[in-house]
Parts: sequence; C-alpha cells; structure tokens
Amino acid sequence: MGERVTARRPKAAWFFIAPAFVHLLVFALIPIGYALYISLFKMHLVKGEGKFVGGFNYRYTLADSDFWNAMWNSARYALMSVPIGMALGLAVALLVNQKLRGVTIFRTLYYIPSIASSIAIAMLWIYVYLPQNGMVNTVLGWLGITTQTDFLNNMTWAMWALVAMAALNGIGPKMILFLAGLVNIPPELYEAASLDGASRTRTFWRITLPMLAPTTFFVMVTSTIGAMQLFAPVYLMTKGGPEGSTDVVGYHIYREAWVQFNTGLAAAQSFILLAVIAVITLGQFKLQANQLRGYSAS
Amino acid sequence: MITTLARLRDGTLLILAGLGVAYAAVRFGLASTSGWLLGLVLVVCLLAVISGIATLTEVPVFGPFLRIVLSYAAMTALAAILIGPMVWMLLISLHPPKSPIPPLNETLPVTSVETKDARGKVYTSVKPDLHWENYDTVLNSPTLPVRRFFLNTLFVTVSIVVLQLLITSAAAYGLSRLRFKSRELVFWMFVGSMMFAGTVTQIPVYLILRSFGWLDTYWALIVPGISSSFAVFLLRQSFLQIPFELDEAARIDGAGDWTIYSKIIMPLSKAALATAGTFAFFGAWTDFMGPLIYTNSTEMRTLEVGLSVFKNSYGGGNWPLQMTAALIVMAPLLIVFLFAQRFFVKGIQLGSIK
Repeated sequence: MGERVTARRPKAAWFFIAPAFVHLLVFALIPIGYALYISLFKMHLVKGEGKFVGGFNYRYTLADSDFWNAMWNSARYALMSVPIGMALGLAVALLVNQKLRGVTIFRTLYYIPSIASSIAIAMLWIYVYLPQNGMVNTVLGWLGITTQTDFLNNMTWAMWALVAMAALNGIGPKMILFLAGLVNIPPELYEAASLDGASRTRTFWRITLPMLAPTTFFVMVTSTIGAMQLFAPVYLMTKGGPEGSTDVVGYHIYREAWVQFNTGLAAAQSFILLAVIAVITLGQFKLQANQLRGYSAS
Repeated sequence: MITTLARLRDGTLLILAGLGVAYAAVRFGLASTSGWLLGLVLVVCLLAVISGIATLTEVPVFGPFLRIVLSYAAMTALAAILIGPMVWMLLISLHPPKSPIPPLNETLPVTSVETKDARGKVYTSVKPDLHWENYDTVLNSPTLPVRRFFLNTLFVTVSIVVLQLLITSAAAYGLSRLRFKSRELVFWMFVGSMMFAGTVTQIPVYLILRSFGWLDTYWALIVPGISSSFAVFLLRQSFLQIPFELDEAARIDGAGDWTIYSKIIMPLSKAALATAGTFAFFGAWTDFMGPLIYTNSTEMRTLEVGLSVFKNSYGGGNWPLQMTAALIVMAPLLIVFLFAQRFFVKGIQLGSIK
C-alpha cells in the first residue's frame, strides 16, 4: 500500500489541509456544537439574545404533539419512499443493464430529473397532480376512471403524491449505483446458474440480490438520511397541508426557525432530528453487520 | 422440451393468477376495508406477473423477442413519465400568456384557422401559434429582475466551483500523499460531517454569517459552499490511485510538495477534478435553502429562489409565464448536463466506495 511510501510531513500536510479544515470547523463541526448550545436558550431570531432555560426546549418539544405529528410524517415518508425508491432504482438498473440498442439514451433521460432544479420539478408536478386537466387525472380518465382528485390537497393522497414524485424523479443516482453493483457481480455465477437450469426469477433472488447487498445498503442509508430531512417539495407544493398531513420534520423546523423565529426551540428540534437520524443509521449498520455474519456462517 | 413446456405453463399461470387476484381484490372492494391491505395484495400480484413474464422470456424462439419488446415498452413508458412533464413545460411556455391550462390533448401551441375557398366551403386547419414573447416578458420582467438573478447565480456558482476545487484538492492531497498524526481522525471528521450536517447546521450557520455581517451579501452565498466534504472524499479516493513512485522520483529531483501537487497530482486527476467540479456546479446552481435563508433583498436572490418568488407572485394563474421562467432556470442545467454526464456516473460510483 501507499502508506509506507507517503512522506511524513505534518507541517506541509496541515498547510494543504488547513483551508478545508477551517471551513469544516466553521460550517459543520462548530455549528453542531453551537446548535446544542442555542437549544438551551429561549431565543428569538430577530429580537436577539435570549435567556438560559436548560432543558426546557427539549421537554417542550418532546411533549409537543405537532412536533410528533411531523416526526411521524417524516417516518411515514421515509418508510414509503425509501423502499419504493430502491425497488424502482433496482428495477430500472436491471432494465437498462441489458444489451439493447439505445439503452444509454434511456439512462441519460432517467437521470435528467435528478439534476433539474427542484423548484422547476415541483412546479411541473403541481401541474401533474392538478384536479382539472392535471396529467394524472387525465390519464386516469383515458383508462376509464373519471376523477377530479386534488392529490396535493387530499388527506389520503398528499403524502403518496410526494412519495411518488420523489421516487420517480430520484431514479437516476440509484440506477447508476445499482448498475455499478451489477457490473461487479462475477459472470461465472450466472454461468453456473444457467448450467444448473435455474430460472431467471430464481437467479435474481439467489444471486443478483445477495451480491448487490453492499450497494443496497449504501442506497438505503443515504436515501433514509435524505428522506428524514425532506424540505423543498413540501415547502413548494403542500406547505405541510392538508391539516398537517405532510408537515414533515424538515419543514416543521424550517417554520419554527424562520417563520416563528423561535431559534432556541428550532435548534432543540433539529438536534432531536439529528439524534433520530444517527440512531436509525447506527441501527442500519448493526443490521448490516448481523446479516454479513449470517453469510459467513452459512 | 419438457422445461420449455413447463416454463410456458408456469409463466402463463403466474401472470393469470396475478391479474386475477388483483382484479378480484379491486372488484370486491378490498380498498374499503384497508387501503394498505389492498396495496400489499397489489404488490404481491405485481411481483407474480413480473416473475411470470420473466419465466416466459426464457422460452426459446419467442422468449428473447418478448423480452426485447417488453423492455422497450417499459423503458419508453418510464421515459414518458419522467420527460413528459418537461416537454409539456416547453409547449406550455409557448402558449399565449395568462391562458389557462389546456386539456392534455390540446397541449400543442396551435390555433385553428378557418379558410373559405372560392365556392364558400369552410375549411378548418391548424397552424402553430408560438408566443416566443413570453421569454422576453420573463427576462425583462419589471417586478422581478430575472437577468440579475441569472448573473447572481452565475457569479456565485463559478466562484464556488473554482474555490472548491482549489481548497478540496489541496486537502485531498494532504490526506492522501502526506502522512501525519491523526490523519485518519481528520479524514473521518470530513466523512462524518457529510452524514450528519444537514438540518442541524442551518440556524448556527445563519447566526455565524450574521455575526460576520455577511447576510444578504455574496459572501453568504459563496463562502459556505467553497469546501465540501464530498469533494474531499472523492478527490482523495482518486489521488490514492496515482502511483506513489512519482512523488518519490520527484522528491529525489528536489521537488517540494507544492510542485508535486501542482505539477504531478493535479494534471493526472483531470477526470476526478471534472467530476468534483460538476457536482459543485449542480449543487451551487440548484441550492435553494441557503439563498432562501441567507438573503432577503431581491437583488441578492439567485435563480432558484427567484423562481419560487416568481411562482408565488404570479399565483396559480399564469402558467405559460411560470413555465417560461422554469425553463430559463433549467436550460443551463440541461446543457451542462449533456456535456458532463459521464462525470456524474464516475462521481456517484466513486462516492459509494467506503
């Protein structure tokens, strides 16, 4: 490895690292500590310095049913969008992994929504979900189901509308990750399976899926972290409504901090969110470790 | 031969069973009992149908043909769902301003013209009716300085890309080619911040920028973006691939770190730098939360925030102008993407190796 031959030069190393490290301190590490500090104060963003209240913000938040509603909405959103998004990403990766003419064009097309501006996408999908002349209702009409559902303003459908939009428009990066995973599966495994006369379905469950486990895990962790912090689509499309049914934590904290100006309270809430995300991520890593142990034992 | 027949039978049975159960569940009102239960049943049915199709594609002679046809059908359908709205956006942006949303089958920006021939018979024909002036209206909007937003975004994005590449490549050099105590610790601080610094840093960073007096200035838009843990990680991964013998040879020839960094490592990492630069470009251009919180005067807004203000100030009414504005925001992204897409693939794949 390179470790042996790299030069041991701490001064030079710090000279090169310093700018990025100072930036990391000022814009990531110190803010995390600072958020913890702010969360101990009752503080108004505009009126300025607040007074020390200890754990009050945390006690208040933990007893606040609106916050738990937002937490539950985020959990619902993650539980719905992460598996659906992953299944779609994998299905599309399998689809465009075939040796067909023109698949690269399709790959490019599927990636475009992920680079497009989130505002533009949100504006477009507001139209897609419109009750009258919206794309979904029109297509449903062609299929013989005549409705004028206002998907974004409907207790049952608003969350599903956000999930479907995120899952479809987020296909790109997941597809590329799964494609990379598929390329890394040794072809000998497939050859052996086809010699044994295994069906395609069986090959998928017994070879492709287990061999993709590391990729699947990475996609799961990153998309869960992203889903728990969802903000822009809610801000632009539903404003947390109807009746708080899409009020996710990311949006709830945004409102607390930048609309109500309850800085200390919002900091406490963001810290609780950070803790929840950390626990979920650690849990996923634990689960992964157990699974790997199962493999080596069998 | 026997397996062929068995596959034909199994595949057909799976598809029929899947469709049948799904139909029965919907027909006999499982949805009224529980939407979730219905969803679960439908997912199982979908899996059955898919595996039935997969079984049928293994039948010789017509199987491969079936697979190709179905693959193209599925790929085209998905492309239509994802790209359809964008094509719609382009077409609507050419409609007369303030016109309401037309039904989907009347999306093409055309008008019908009636012409009479010599014998007085009336013909109806359609001719394109393109309102390019919408672009003029948006770009010269008296209420919202769209061109200013554009220049702001361009200035901020270019500054971020250039500074970020310099700062993160230097850090990646230090973390990959030089050895010092606690190097691993520093590296994991970068990686860890990538995972956890999200919503929680919003308020403190705002307060820090306020204490610097940077709110509502270009400093607030640029400085938070000039370094990125993801870029440090990405570039370090790529620098580690360069043979260390090159450094040694250069050191024997009397080269210092700066020479090795600028004359050896950087020129050999053009692809990785392009990848990091591409991510920085798209991150900065489409950043929404940052400019939304750190600026409040109209002159300091970027395109993303400007577009959302535009959306609010024009209300739901003026779809053609809204779509024109959205397209103006998207166009540079699409153009850059078409040139830089291979760097995306590379970056996403490198970023996942942990």
